[in-house]
Amino acid sequence: MRQMTFAGGVHPPDQKQATAHKPIEDCPLPAEYVVPMAQHIGAPANPCVAVGDRVLKGQVIGEARGFVSVPVHAPTSGEVTAVEARPHPAGSSLPAVVIRADDEDRWQERPAVEDLAALEAEDIIDLIRRAGVVGLGGATFPAHVKLSPPPEKPIDTVILNGVECEPYLTADHRLMLEEADRLLEGVAVLQKIFASCRVVIGIEENKPDAIELLNQRCSGRDVEVVPLPVKYPQGAEKQLIKAITGREVPSGGLPMDIGVVVQNVGTTAAIADAVLRGTPLIERVCTVTGAAVREPKNLRIRIGMPVAHLVEACGGIDEDPGKIILGGPMMGIAQVDLAIPATRGTSGVLLLREQDLPLRQEGPCIRCARCVQGCPANLLPTTIAAYGRLDRMEEAEDYRALDCIECGCCSFSCPAAIPLVQTIRYAKAAIMARKRSG
Amino acid sequence: MSQQVYLSSSPHIHSGGSTTKIMRAVIYSLLPACAVAIFFFGLPALFVLLLSVLGCLVCEVVCQRLMKQPVTVSDGSAVVTGILLALNLPPSSPWWMTLLGAFFAIAIGKQIFGGLGYNLFNPALVARVILLISFPVQMTTWSKPEPLSTGLDAVSAATPLGEWKTAVMLTGRMPESLQGGTWDYLVGNMPGCVGEVSALALLAGAVYLFWRKILTWHIPLSYVASVVVLSGLFWLVDSDKYPDPVFHLVTGGLVLGAFYMATDMVTTPVSAGGMVLFGVGCGVLTVIIRLFGGYPEGVSFAILLMNAATPLIDRYVRPRTFGVARKGVLQ
Repeated sequence: MRQMTFAGGVHPPDQKQATAHKPIEDCPLPAEYVVPMAQHIGAPANPCVAVGDRVLKGQVIGEARGFVSVPVHAPTSGEVTAVEARPHPAGSSLPAVVIRADDEDRWQERPAVEDLAALEAEDIIDLIRRAGVVGLGGATFPAHVKLSPPPEKPIDTVILNGVECEPYLTADHRLMLEEADRLLEGVAVLQKIFASCRVVIGIEENKPDAIELLNQRCSGRDVEVVPLPVKYPQGAEKQLIKAITGREVPSGGLPMDIGVVVQNVGTTAAIADAVLRGTPLIERVCTVTGAAVREPKNLRIRIGMPVAHLVEACGGIDEDPGKIILGGPMMGIAQVDLAIPATRGTSGVLLLREQDLPLRQEGPCIRCARCVQGCPANLLPTTIAAYGRLDRMEEAEDYRALDCIECGCCSFSCPAAIPLVQTIRYAKAAIMARKRSG
Repeated sequence: MSQQVYLSSSPHIHSGGSTTKIMRAVIYSLLPACAVAIFFFGLPALFVLLLSVLGCLVCEVVCQRLMKQPVTVSDGSAVVTGILLALNLPPSSPWWMTLLGAFFAIAIGKQIFGGLGYNLFNPALVARVILLISFPVQMTTWSKPEPLSTGLDAVSAATPLGEWKTAVMLTGRMPESLQGGTWDYLVGNMPGCVGEVSALALLAGAVYLFWRKILTWHIPLSYVASVVVLSGLFWLVDSDKYPDPVFHLVTGGLVLGAFYMATDMVTTPVSAGGMVLFGVGCGVLTVIIRLFGGYPEGVSFAILLMNAATPLIDRYVRPRTFGVARKGVLQ
């Protein structure tokens, strides 16, 4: 049998033991929420409330702008106290709606839900769009865009991404174990949109309990559970498709170009809420962990909760953190402090101690080729980074810098501690800027 | 939270591998070959080893001081070069030649190019070839292995490859004395350089490097396989004249070359395809030089020539990027 995997990749220690066995807990509700308007790939939402307005939980507070955009909803009921730029996890200050909670946590009236069988595919996709569902694996690509391939691109395979290959994170793992019902409702919705498609749930073999449970639950549903060998970045969309179907998404293309749609398991559960219960995306599961956190947990959080509040819900800080990361350690974004809100993409809050960090001095490249062997995109990272450093962007592009998926395997494995992916990111940005300016 | 935090873009964790760890593993892997060399050639071999390593260390420090560069001698690369150089010298090398070799390896072979990572050619082989051209007598005076000898009563003898070359030139035939010595060749009981003689000890170290994932199969396998195929063809054509492939494998510096010299990371291609091409090039050149060249041994020249081709190979042999069709078909 063909090995279900992709070329390249690395094996970082998975560090999931701190939270893998802890059931999801509801995070206590804070007094104030900061809800950014930019929480997805594409045009940010437009705030449609004003200071002093009273809002109800689930009410639209930011309207979508264009097709690749989604609305943003109030995470609780309360009063709008500010509509202004606030520190955002992406690094700068961006427009946000600040809500002071009234502690009633009162829903706005949700639309009556129709029977799934009675819905057309377009109606379902519109419900998903209006609920603000985006990819919860971290990339936050609007789900309805992925679910609306043009007619010339027929879909034959739907893959549910339960890989969770980032070290430390266990949110998807716990969701598959504890909320298999929601997940399978979401699968039924996807099966309704893409009738007679092959449906596969891909899970890494380090989650045998989830594989076993979903195997039991999926019998008789036309859903395959596929265990995958543990290897980072197995959960990267293109690598996951390659592992499961053997197909490669063409360079610069999308999964729909080769007949595949991928959704994260958390996203799939959110799709069920959106279509079957009329509930917008205002919650997600988030793993708060790292050696600097007193009591690591899997939390069900509301979008807009301050990250400091999430850490408090886990007993606070045990030791001074050396680094604050939103997301996993391989692709997450480092933060200046905890005064930022959780967004739809916040799959984890990771507080590493200084001694957990690689703070080595960079040395010369000894051309050991570990970056080449580890690159899942089959690039020559050391060569691209060398050209990037010299600002020779034509050569960097010629070595296909733009095909880099920024997974970080090269920097992770470099014995000389060279910031390879970081330099390639810089080169990619420079190449794109040059292309735009013509 | 009073303390400041680190900010940098991902990834935020590291494998823990380092250049120093790689060098240390290579040093460990060479210990069996050193031990066998000292067993068969005695104190002279130990002397060459110690002098070569010491010479390389001192030379590295002096070069970096003179060039006002940070002294990085603790990364272990100079020790590796020192051991490899010693393994590539005759056990009877005079002290001044060994020290001169250390100078050529570190100063001319490595530091002039900018130090570790920037040299085009394998430093130990640069030194060996300069010495071979400059001091042909001392570089081709071989001692007969004499277990645990003090070196005072060393008897000189020809290497198997040298014996074959002389015989072929005189008689056009493979001498009978060379047939059936495979076991002695394997363990290292034959005249030759300090470290090239024991294929078994070198392979034991190579297994360790494979296990540590420092060595990949690409270069050693393609090198050895192409030597076997090409020398096998000649042997099939005229087995009276040409030695069989096994003779090629176990004599001379092929195992040392294929597993330790041709696999020097700095001076070889980075892509898998490039590595295979590099190995095949080394194999073909080795056989051609051995069978038709003026020197009995061709491993050093073959590897240096392919080192020179490495930038070109890296330019033209690139892996197929994920999602980019080769010959129009995405697999």
